[in-house]
Amino acid sequence: MNGATVIRNARHWRTGERLDLAFDRGVILASPRQDEARVIDARGLVLAPGLVDLHVHLREPGQSAKETIERGTRAAAVGGFTAVACMPNTEPVLDSAAWIEWVRARAEAAGYCRVHPIGAVTMGQKGEQLTEFGALKSAGAVALSDDGRPIMSASVMRRALEHARHAGLPIVCHEEDLTLRGDGQMNEGWVATRLGLRGIPAAAESVMARRDVELSALTGGRAHIAHLSCAESLDALRDAHARGILVTGETCPHYWTLTEEAVLGYDPHAKMNPPLRTERDRRAVIDAIRDGTIDCLATDHAPHTEDEKRQPFDQAPFGIVGLETALALTITHLVEPGHISLARALELWTESPRRVFGLPDVRLEAGHPADLVLIDPEAAWTVEPTAFQSKGRNTPFAGQRLVGRALATICDGEITHLDAAIEVGGARPGRREAGLERSGSLATPR
Amino acid sequence: MRVSLVVVRHRSAGSPAFLARHLEAGVINAGDGEHEHPTQGLLDLLTLSDAWDGRFEGRRLAIVGDIAHSRVARSAIFGLTTLGAAVTIAGPPTLIPAEAETLGCAVAGSVEEAMRGADGVMALRLQRERMESGLLASVGEYAKGWGIDRERVALMRPGAPVLHPGPMNRGVEIAPDVADGGESRVFRQVENGLAVRCAVLARCASALTEVS
Ligand SMILES: [Zn+2]
Repeated sequence: MNGATVIRNARHWRTGERLDLAFDRGVILASPRQDEARVIDARGLVLAPGLVDLHVHLREPGQSAKETIERGTRAAAVGGFTAVACMPNTEPVLDSAAWIEWVRARAEAAGYCRVHPIGAVTMGQKGEQLTEFGALKSAGAVALSDDGRPIMSASVMRRALEHARHAGLPIVCHEEDLTLRGDGQMNEGWVATRLGLRGIPAAAESVMARRDVELSALTGGRAHIAHLSCAESLDALRDAHARGILVTGETCPHYWTLTEEAVLGYDPHAKMNPPLRTERDRRAVIDAIRDGTIDCLATDHAPHTEDEKRQPFDQAPFGIVGLETALALTITHLVEPGHISLARALELWTESPRRVFGLPDVRLEAGHPADLVLIDPEAAWTVEPTAFQSKGRNTPFAGQRLVGRALATICDGEITHLDAAIEVGGARPGRREAGLERSGSLATPR
Repeated sequence: MRVSLVVVRHRSAGSPAFLARHLEAGVINAGDGEHEHPTQGLLDLLTLSDAWDGRFEGRRLAIVGDIAHSRVARSAIFGLTTLGAAVTIAGPPTLIPAEAETLGCAVAGSVEEAMRGADGVMALRLQRERMESGLLASVGEYAKGWGIDRERVALMRPGAPVLHPGPMNRGVEIAPDVADGGESRVFRQVENGLAVRCAVLARCASALTEVS
């Protein structure tokens, strides 16, 4: 794209002030120049830095039946995201610099947003031998995680946190004591009892959250606790904050919107790990978002094929997609009921995750990257999984009426998502095929 | 060939519901994982109806043993409470499911508490894998704590029936002299099972004919 683009009549996401913002070659300009090649009429919509999701499963390499980097990042763009961090539990596992580079190259060639790979903590995510943190970081890894396969050995986790501290990388902890989980399929409680399904107690999560808080205190290494789902784990994070320990934590939309009761009827789309908990836990998640215990939000976007999910509950894999519903679930269930303001909600999807992973700042100021999202916080729409860009249609929110939508997403100055409601004018309309363009060089700044 | 009726026994809880969603055929649940076993529930109700002169109100059945993994227990609880009888469950703490009272039953702290004054008892089969997975210390420990023996039977109302879904581990969940004693309805259960399952098939088949 040659020439600058200007977004007119936007509303600043934080101040609410009317805003015209121009950018050129991926960088925000000091002021609009009047000779812009392209004009986007924002009609008073909210303009914010692009959303960031620290916890997605893009499934490549090796599981492209579930998702691909292309489709997963398309879903991200539609959801308003300009950056995602992808988990290393692929086939093979992202446990070497070569695979980190492969993901970044693949994302640059086919991606619709910035992709920040997360390297494995241990070789093959087996929980034994540490990977080369320095090499992974040099190759572009922004964090380390054995997500999906928790490190059961406290000693291995301790050593990992020590090395991670030296490498300057956070370790994303999927908190789950596998011995307590056993062959549990959903939250342990009355629903599991009623349905005859094996339960996963909340303690399977909280004992590991407590452990990793203590290990973080011991080592000075930074643990980031993934997908917090229950009251007791949130207390662990709250205590860690109070003690000044370098621990951060995230939660996901399904934990503030749904409870274990969604499993009644054996719907595999209500099956994820950690599992949906009780109403008490759901309220605790909302309280933790309100009081600042939760450092940022993430989706745990976990696509699976329809065949995999079309099985009896205990046979179906854990996980749901999240990129295309996250913003709306945030606005519908956190902002609309008045739990937090829209500005705070957007902060939890933008500045907060960037801070947690140490990603470059994106502000609506001159010199910052043109990673932007235009949001209609009042747009009502119905979740229709067949319309998803993601290959995964495994969502428990199908058919739900939600409020709030990203109408345009711009990443590195390129339009990666554009709703039909948004008009782009100017001498050279920037809309190519399907109304989208995609940069061939979505550089991942480091 | 179009199948009009499917009888399914499957290790996955909810599999009959799954089939019913995806098939046009009628589906009969013959036992799904650790969830339900409705025809067993019906045969237990028939057996108890015989023993209780057809009256369920005011009666109370004790169910003893591995409730957590038992589809037999769940179907018995749902059936009996629907008919107005009460159920008290008892078993080792590791084999009582979370929030068990939400099934509609009372939870007793001991087998004696559950059986005292009861109108009948159902002993559940103990699977050997419960020891292997560390839920129980030993068969002996279980038999001592939770086995249905003569002394415990004496705690119930006189003549109260003893049920067991079979096959029995004699000397574990049920003492041999109780299994073969006058209160035992185990063989009636087997007979009633045949009759009940024939009736279920006949009912479902005729319902299908009426529909078509
Ligand atoms: Zn995880």
